[in-house]
Amino acid sequence: MSDQIGEREYLSVQELKVHFGGKSLFGSGSIVHAVDGVSFDIAKGTTFGIVGESGSGKTTTALAIMRLTHITSGAVFLDGTNIGALQGEALRQARCAFQIVFQDPYSSLNPRQRAFDIIRDPLDLMDVGKPEERAEMVHALLEQVGLRPEQGALFPHQFSGGQRQRIGLARALATKPDLIVCDEPVSALDVAIQAQILNLMSRLQKELGLTYLFISHDLGVVQHICDEIAVMYLGQIVERADRMTLFSNPMHPYTKALLASVPSLHADRKNRATRQRLKGDPPSPINLPKGCRFASRCPLAQEQCHQMSPPLRELENGHFVSCHLADA
Amino acid sequence: MTIAETPHMEPRPEHPAAQAWRVFRTRPAALFGLLLLVVIGVVSIIGPSVYAVDPFEIVWAPLTAPFQTPTAPLGTDYLGRDILAGLIIGGRATLLVGLTAALITVSIGIFIGAFSGYYQGWVDDVFMRITEFFQVLPPLLFAMVLVTLFSPSLVVIALSIGIVSWPATARLARAEFMRIRGLEYVSAGRSIGARNGRLIWRVILPNALAPLIVSATLTIGIAILFEAGLSFLGLSDPNVMSWGLMIGGGRQYILDAWWVVTLPGVMIFMTVLGVSLVGDGLNDAFNPKLRDR
Amino acid sequence: MAVLRVQDLVVDFATRQGNARVLDHISLEIDEGEILGIVGESGCGKSMTALSIMGLVPSPPGNITAGSIKLDEREIAGASSEQMRTIRGNEIGMIFQEPMSSLNPVFTVGEQIAESVRLHEGADSRAAFARAVEMLQAVGIPEPEKRARAYPHELSGGMRQRVMIAIALACNPRVLIADEPTTALDTTVQAQIFDLLEELQKNRGTAIVLITHDMGAVAQLADKIAVMYAGRIVETGAVDDVLSNPRHPYTRGLIACVPHLQVKPTKQRHPLLEIPGVVPSLTELGEGCAFSPRCDRMHSKCLQHQPVLETVPDTGDNSHRVACWVTEARADDV
Repeated sequence: MSDQIGEREYLSVQELKVHFGGKSLFGSGSIVHAVDGVSFDIAKGTTFGIVGESGSGKTTTALAIMRLTHITSGAVFLDGTNIGALQGEALRQARCAFQIVFQDPYSSLNPRQRAFDIIRDPLDLMDVGKPEERAEMVHALLEQVGLRPEQGALFPHQFSGGQRQRIGLARALATKPDLIVCDEPVSALDVAIQAQILNLMSRLQKELGLTYLFISHDLGVVQHICDEIAVMYLGQIVERADRMTLFSNPMHPYTKALLASVPSLHADRKNRATRQRLKGDPPSPINLPKGCRFASRCPLAQEQCHQMSPPLRELENGHFVSCHLADA
Repeated sequence: MTIAETPHMEPRPEHPAAQAWRVFRTRPAALFGLLLLVVIGVVSIIGPSVYAVDPFEIVWAPLTAPFQTPTAPLGTDYLGRDILAGLIIGGRATLLVGLTAALITVSIGIFIGAFSGYYQGWVDDVFMRITEFFQVLPPLLFAMVLVTLFSPSLVVIALSIGIVSWPATARLARAEFMRIRGLEYVSAGRSIGARNGRLIWRVILPNALAPLIVSATLTIGIAILFEAGLSFLGLSDPNVMSWGLMIGGGRQYILDAWWVVTLPGVMIFMTVLGVSLVGDGLNDAFNPKLRDR
Repeated sequence: MAVLRVQDLVVDFATRQGNARVLDHISLEIDEGEILGIVGESGCGKSMTALSIMGLVPSPPGNITAGSIKLDEREIAGASSEQMRTIRGNEIGMIFQEPMSSLNPVFTVGEQIAESVRLHEGADSRAAFARAVEMLQAVGIPEPEKRARAYPHELSGGMRQRVMIAIALACNPRVLIADEPTTALDTTVQAQIFDLLEELQKNRGTAIVLITHDMGAVAQLADKIAVMYAGRIVETGAVDDVLSNPRHPYTRGLIACVPHLQVKPTKQRHPLLEIPGVVPSLTELGEGCAFSPRCDRMHSKCLQHQPVLETVPDTGDNSHRVACWVTEARADDV
């Protein structure tokens, strides 16, 4: 969470595309463009957030970077290595450097394993440390995420949601990764528990110099934890900027609508009627429109928006917007 | 940093299997079924050494009714052989065939289902077409053909039953594998460096076992009935005494001597009942919704 | 005049670990055209309050032990299931978190709304279907004639929640209970649903009970708020009073532990306030305040005596009430 810019381009995602469907042995289906040409860089030790609604492709982007779903085209450079092109044993070994924390604390832990074994597995599989030291390492990891070593004997169903998410974090930290992809890590938790996990993540980042890719639909959380943010809509980034710029000067009509739709604690409730609302739902990622993907819901859309897809342009220093009508 | 747990809530570690047993033992029907199976099992294993009468030996006049002579307390069959001796030792063959057939069924089923459900795509397409081929064959006829082609020995009978009944288990295993493969702890396993083999056999399989164990239990019951059916049609091993063989041999005398067929029939009924009750109990025991009540 | 008045409602559940008091002397009041927000973590009893009002407490193991629920001065707490069926839909409607599982997948949405109209109003099927189309229009669904012939899976999540609202509203209920109506929806769709709920409250005078974990939603939509913890109301009052001047440490925690979106974010970021620990098990509640193990201002009195809801002095009206021994105003006498 430090604002200093470290080594630029520690993670560099270039023109990432993930398409699903198409031909199979006994038939063929339509193609879903889940991620369609996404590019961004993350500096070491910082947090990059991706926000978007369901179907925007944010989770697929995360899984593709983690190599947990296939990549149709594009490259993912982590510290100079294209992890998007690795295969087999080379990929397995490279996984030490990038780990993931999932959204659902209930389905992300194997119900038949004790917490201790869940955290010990990555040490054994990736051959981290000497075998006789590993029990000690597991205890240290448990303490690092705020659990007591003796709790390692318990099974996942004996923990609360927040504690399970701590176990998930400890498992991700076990191989000493530099990049942690966090896929909605707090959205399944009770509000009072979210703060515990977010604070823990911030503290771990400071202590270990971690780089986070943080996926979320919750703009409040993203604003709190991220240094740079990309807004995704239908498989593409529509706006990207640092934290201060994006929230104080949003330029894409979708970003503006998204920010306006968040209920605020100190809302002036009398004036709410005047606020503009987005109409309708996003089009399907199967039959994409020819022009701007947001045009069908955009209050400002003009003829050219329906004809031509806008490129992602840098309007100010580090502020990228994909809209024909945006001006610096 | 606060420790996220208040001390008074510290539970003891409880293995999922212990949880399942906790539910199972609250079901009277399931416990009764388990008791039935234990009694039948113990009698089959040690009974023949306590009541040491050769079931093939002619001991008294043929077709003697039960309780007529202390030599054959439950009467004799059409050759004058002791029915009680047959009932006691016949359980061995019947249970053995049932267990072996269920084991074969589950082994083939899990193997096919695991690869189909895990790899999907063309592997799934090919395996599922094979499964469908076996599924459309009429099972009793196909088993009869197999038993007739080879000799009617216990091994062949168990194999035939296994070969005709695995497709249902395969489909169940496939569905479970597909469901669990999509869960995040499998993705997490891949992320921390687990290879496919480990994910299939060490991560997914243990979690897919619950419904497979239930289905395997019920398969034992089905296999026992199947064996009885084959015996009734005269397709059983004539050199090994089994309940099915007793029914098959006595079927012509059913109107004159009810006990010849009824007594082994009751044994089969009790065994299958026990298996079904245990299966139902396991089904409840593995149901997560019933655990925390 | 209060449309719905809940008084000293007590609901017990028999569990393996013993008796769990899921609702402990809950009192609520809601007027015509008012929106009441009930806030709390999962397991605090907010959904159980809704189910009690609807007469849907699963029994056994649940049981309404004491208290009254009055709809227009008519007692409904002990009503028979036959009477409750008439009341549900006709006078109280309800919408749930997951619209997909509340809709029947084999009937078109028009048929399902028409069914509800027919059951409660006895209209013939053609009139009922016309009414259904009208309702779809009223909840802001474009091309209502076409959508009425669609099946639930053909609609988006937001559309399905609108259909649920249409079903709940088909018979003009006096009270609408919305249990986390937007939790499964996207932010932009959530805003649309909120607008719709507010419009209903304004145009039809429907009283709405909004059950949510989101303080922002309450701030934006509700007139009154009740904060629940471990089956009790710990603070209640007008939304503006409670949010601008929260008195209970739990309410304060709930507000401060969530990173709220700021239009002009500050460069410096501070750690979020944490409420340590987790919600206690309802079978293990002791003598004192249920929140005391997680409270940073806990006092010896908190461990021995359960605090009762008392009016906060020096507020405009007397509606702001809090159940805490150590609120600032009372800090001196303990």
